[in-house]
Amino acid sequence: MPDYTPTELMITSSARALAGRHVVFVGVGLPNIACNLARRTVAPDLELVYESGVFGARPARLPLSIGDPTLVSGATLVCPMSDLFMYYLQGGRIEVAFLGAAQIDRFGNLNTTAIGTYQQPKVRLPGSGGACEIAIHAQQVFLIMRLSHRAFVDKIDFCTSAGHLAGKPGERVALGMPGAGPQLVVTDKAIFRFDKHTGEMFLSSIHPGVTVEEVQAGVGWPLQIGPMPTGGDLKITERPTAEELRLIREELDPQGAYARD
Amino acid sequence: MKVTTMHDAIAQYVHDGDTIAIEGFTAFICFAAAHEIIRQGRRDLTLCRMTPDLIYDQMIAAGCAHKMVFSYLGNPGVGSLNCVRRAVEKSIPLPLEIEEYSHFGMVGRYTAGAAQLPFFPLRSYQGADLPKVNPRIQFVESPYGDGSIAVVPPLHPDLAIIHAQRADTSGNTQIWGLLGVQKEAAFAARRVIVVVEELVDQAVIRSDPNRTVIPGLVVDAVVHEPYGAHPSYAQGYYDRDNQFYLEWDRISRDEVTTKAWLDEWVYGVADRAAYLRKLDGQEPGIWQRLAPGEALSQPINYGIYG
Repeated sequence: MPDYTPTELMITSSARALAGRHVVFVGVGLPNIACNLARRTVAPDLELVYESGVFGARPARLPLSIGDPTLVSGATLVCPMSDLFMYYLQGGRIEVAFLGAAQIDRFGNLNTTAIGTYQQPKVRLPGSGGACEIAIHAQQVFLIMRLSHRAFVDKIDFCTSAGHLAGKPGERVALGMPGAGPQLVVTDKAIFRFDKHTGEMFLSSIHPGVTVEEVQAGVGWPLQIGPMPTGGDLKITERPTAEELRLIREELDPQGAYARD
Repeated sequence: MKVTTMHDAIAQYVHDGDTIAIEGFTAFICFAAAHEIIRQGRRDLTLCRMTPDLIYDQMIAAGCAHKMVFSYLGNPGVGSLNCVRRAVEKSIPLPLEIEEYSHFGMVGRYTAGAAQLPFFPLRSYQGADLPKVNPRIQFVESPYGDGSIAVVPPLHPDLAIIHAQRADTSGNTQIWGLLGVQKEAAFAARRVIVVVEELVDQAVIRSDPNRTVIPGLVVDAVVHEPYGAHPSYAQGYYDRDNQFYLEWDRISRDEVTTKAWLDEWVYGVADRAAYLRKLDGQEPGIWQRLAPGEALSQPINYGIYG
């Protein structure tokens, strides 16, 4: 048995992807732990931005929501949400943003609105929040989601936030979308990236002890392995270090609210 | 004299069929006002909020609303808004019409409302399905040749209710912490009720004018209602009662337990003071649990000129 949980591996993989970054748009839950871990390890200059209007947060406890008061105390700056969306996000200042979704397709388009039809949903989900415009403006989008054939679907029921659209080259630019869109999907079984030419998600690395068949079983389309046209280059995800695990367990999520399973 | 009681402010400024905005992003959500609206039995309201949160979940369960305008429909950090979902999915207790935007879209609507603009342009909604289900989100060509851009219409609520740390009796209001869209909502609305933790002398306000977010100019009524935001929070006064947000997920899953909760905690108390006595009886020491400690800002010097 490994000495870490799949969730802890999701956190450390996401944190490492932030190496050298300066400005990240954070969500609650796993992204919050990952970003705070990155700031203590691979990205010491990382400024944490929350859509509630906080820049440079230094949360003293694990926030339950993106409006938690611990994000305000000790922050560099707190501003109205109009400033946050206009100058920070639309102004192009966000390097990386974390998003999640109930459904994702092979091009990284995201549904957080409804399962079933919009008018008569089987399950009504929260909707966009800021995700619709975050997906447009963040220079890069990282996704954290658990792998499941119900989430990784051939066709999403509603496009809340655009990824690489239909995968045609230049499609985002033609629509006037400044950000490069989804770059990385971290799951509990594997890590995916997106092909530069086709915009399609491909399997980039697989977690220790997981098989390609298990990963394919959680994805609703025939999975591409490695980037086209060569393919092949499948890595094994690096395990968390003892120091990363200590930071998660003792400092970032001491109650095990998110990282325990 | 703008200072009044919550009962009288709601009785005077909230009417059946009105469009109202009780704003505050996770912070400063004025549950005291919502409960008074429920008690006074207002109906057919259009409820506007970026995040409907528990406050509109409760108002919708109580049958106050026929429509909701919003951008994020969740119990923040917990999960779903179960009463809103029952209304949308099953028309319980009443059908609920929804008009949905993204956060930036709602920010833009309030901003256009506050500035008396015909619309607000924003770079959003490209490639997304929201414009297909909300015809009020449109795209227009830039007259300066920069391609097309999304626009949203101004929002002019009949009434905005804003919770804050402190105001003077004229309604000059200071807020620190998450500012959300409170200023925009106040300027966009035809009437404004400000609800505060502390009523202070005007000299306190004038000692720190940069902290004044809403001027008395746009405020119609001031209500002094300490702890009026519970289970939401007021920065530096009390923490968010996260236990209740988790508890509400359990209560609200069932129509019967929701109604029992409303009977006990809203209809069953006369006002906010009675709610607080009941809360203290249920959990003596609740305000110690939610006490935020002290982190004072460094004083600054505005100077004396003249």
